[in-house]
Amino acid sequence: MRNIMGTGPAREIIMPIVQMAIFVAGAGALCSVIMIILATLFQGSGADHLLQSTQGVGIFAYTVGNLPQVLIDGMTIGFVYAAIALGYTMVYGVLQFINFAHSEIFAIGAFAGVESLIALNAVGSLAKAGTIGSFGYFGLALLIGMAVAGGTAVFVERVAYRPLRNSPKLVPLISAIGVSFALQDIIRLTESLTTGQFYRVIPTFGNFDDRLTLFTIGSKAIDIQVKSLVVILAAVTMLVALNYLVKATKVGKAIRAVSQDPNTAALLGIGVNGVISLTFLVGGSLGGAAGVMYALKFTRIDPFVGFMPGIKAFAAAVLGGIGNLTGALLGGIVLGMIESFAGAYLGTFTQGAFGAEYKDMVAFLILILVIIFRPNGLLGENLSQKA
Amino acid sequence: MSVLELDNIHSYYGNIHALMGISLTVEKGEIVALIGANGAGKTTTLRSISGLLHPRKGHVLLEGKDISHLPPHTVHRAGLGLVPEGRGIFPGLTVLENLEMGAYIIDDKAEIEKGIQNAFSLFPRLKERAQQMGGTLSGGEQQMLATARGLMSNPTILLMDEPSMGLAPVLVDQIFEIIKELNKRGTTILLVEQNALMALSIANRGYVLQTGNIVLTDTGANLKANDMVRKAYLGM
Ligand SMILES: Nc1ncnc2c1ncn2[C@@H]1O[C@H](COP(=O)(O)OP(=O)(O)OP(=O)(O)O)[C@@H](O)[C@H]1O
Ligand SMILES: [Mg+2]
Repeated sequence: MRNIMGTGPAREIIMPIVQMAIFVAGAGALCSVIMIILATLFQGSGADHLLQSTQGVGIFAYTVGNLPQVLIDGMTIGFVYAAIALGYTMVYGVLQFINFAHSEIFAIGAFAGVESLIALNAVGSLAKAGTIGSFGYFGLALLIGMAVAGGTAVFVERVAYRPLRNSPKLVPLISAIGVSFALQDIIRLTESLTTGQFYRVIPTFGNFDDRLTLFTIGSKAIDIQVKSLVVILAAVTMLVALNYLVKATKVGKAIRAVSQDPNTAALLGIGVNGVISLTFLVGGSLGGAAGVMYALKFTRIDPFVGFMPGIKAFAAAVLGGIGNLTGALLGGIVLGMIESFAGAYLGTFTQGAFGAEYKDMVAFLILILVIIFRPNGLLGENLSQKA
Repeated sequence: MSVLELDNIHSYYGNIHALMGISLTVEKGEIVALIGANGAGKTTTLRSISGLLHPRKGHVLLEGKDISHLPPHTVHRAGLGLVPEGRGIFPGLTVLENLEMGAYIIDDKAEIEKGIQNAFSLFPRLKERAQQMGGTLSGGEQQMLATARGLMSNPTILLMDEPSMGLAPVLVDQIFEIIKELNKRGTTILLVEQNALMALSIANRGYVLQTGNIVLTDTGANLKANDMVRKAYLGM
């Protein structure tokens, strides 16, 4: 009986890690294979000759040589997208509603985290911190970002969505768009008031910019920036924790119950409003954490910083199958990979006609193609995984 | 004091006046049947009791306590269990998780475990399917699960909305046997049924509902013998 009652906590921790590994390996392998095939086809082309004359390597060697770095970058950004996408998909799960303000929740998390680091920097703490200490401070910033973003998400639901719960679906959607603009301006106002500038740059501290050598191929070292590693580890930890919460805890089961049938859930004593608030808290915290990680990776943030990652994470959620937690994870990783590959190789293969700045176009084109053929997303309607 | 008392309940869907002054009582240990044609307002009555719909006029008393305006999760905590129309199984939760949700208001793990064992002894089929998703169960199995789930919280009174709907005749017999058994074990039951013959056979008392009004009430046996009931609901 015990093994039936407790669904095996270890299983709920190991399984998502295995799942993530499979998703990363699968998406990475697929993109790599396509790239290698393209590189083979492009041998002897103008792009090949151009590379030979400028860098002294053929297109095939160039493509293969860059693969490890591109994969690492794709994985890093993919996990960030996945963390944001989970917020969209969880809220969609319980309310069948797209929370367009989620991108600003992300931004608020980013600002809260960065502001706390700036404050720590101002009192000199960051400068004094050793390697471990700086990880600790980053962890603290991450928690602050999560708390502020989670709290804001709960507040927004309470004042801007709950009163519209029984209105036609379009109404809360408009409200969400309104909230999105309002939050952008609130960030801009509060940030400008103190310094006259509305953007912030994360302080340089610790060894986040160092590169760790993972392994060497011949003379070429494959390395990873410490901050990318931190982002990956933090994201994986949170995704595992989320999976555990949703699968193995009582409130997690209540979240799933509400998303599948709110009336019956209420009849069984589950406070639906409480569960919805909790969903916004969890989704918002994940978004806020993603914001802080994004700030660490890309250093500069402004009030509009949430827009692109937000829209991409939304795309990732749709790609994976909106409402489906595993789908959001898969969608985020796939989108991150595609983007990273497009960013790294588009310029070379088109001899500069399309630069890395077209990576988003490629990512969204692939998204459109996927949903034309699989309107329910890659993982479709998998009820067992629905938030 | 009655376990459940409805006093002149008026309920609306927007402007539609669905219940026009329903009064009924259920005493401790009874099975009370509520019968009526499609659209008579049976489900609406249960919704008005369980808090999914708040009556605009009248009072619902659970063990003397007015629950007319409480939200459903609070009504449930007050001791009311419901096996809803259409069964309300969570399709993406396993059978076991569905049962656990039935015990959501119970914190004592040992008590939950006892409830689960009790459910499995009532419905051995559910034990075999414990790890299967609710959505993949057959209709009959879903009905068993909904019934078992409704019992998980040890409700003072269990409301059942058409437990025999969509079941094969042999399963209908089985479900009614189980309802009788539950009642013998001490559960008070308000039973809504299309299958008036079966319902009245096991009920102590019954009410006949017609377009939002109670038109007749008597013991189960007397109603079964009543001419009007025989014509309208028993097809005789
Ligand atoms: N959500 C709703 N909105 C508007 N009218 C409704 C709604 N639900 C029920 N009604 C109306 O209220 C009346 C009573 O419906 P109710 O579902 O209570 O009937 P019932 O006796 O349970 O019928 P059945 O045996 O078919 O389940 C019907 O006329 C129905 O059309
Ligand atoms: Mg009905």
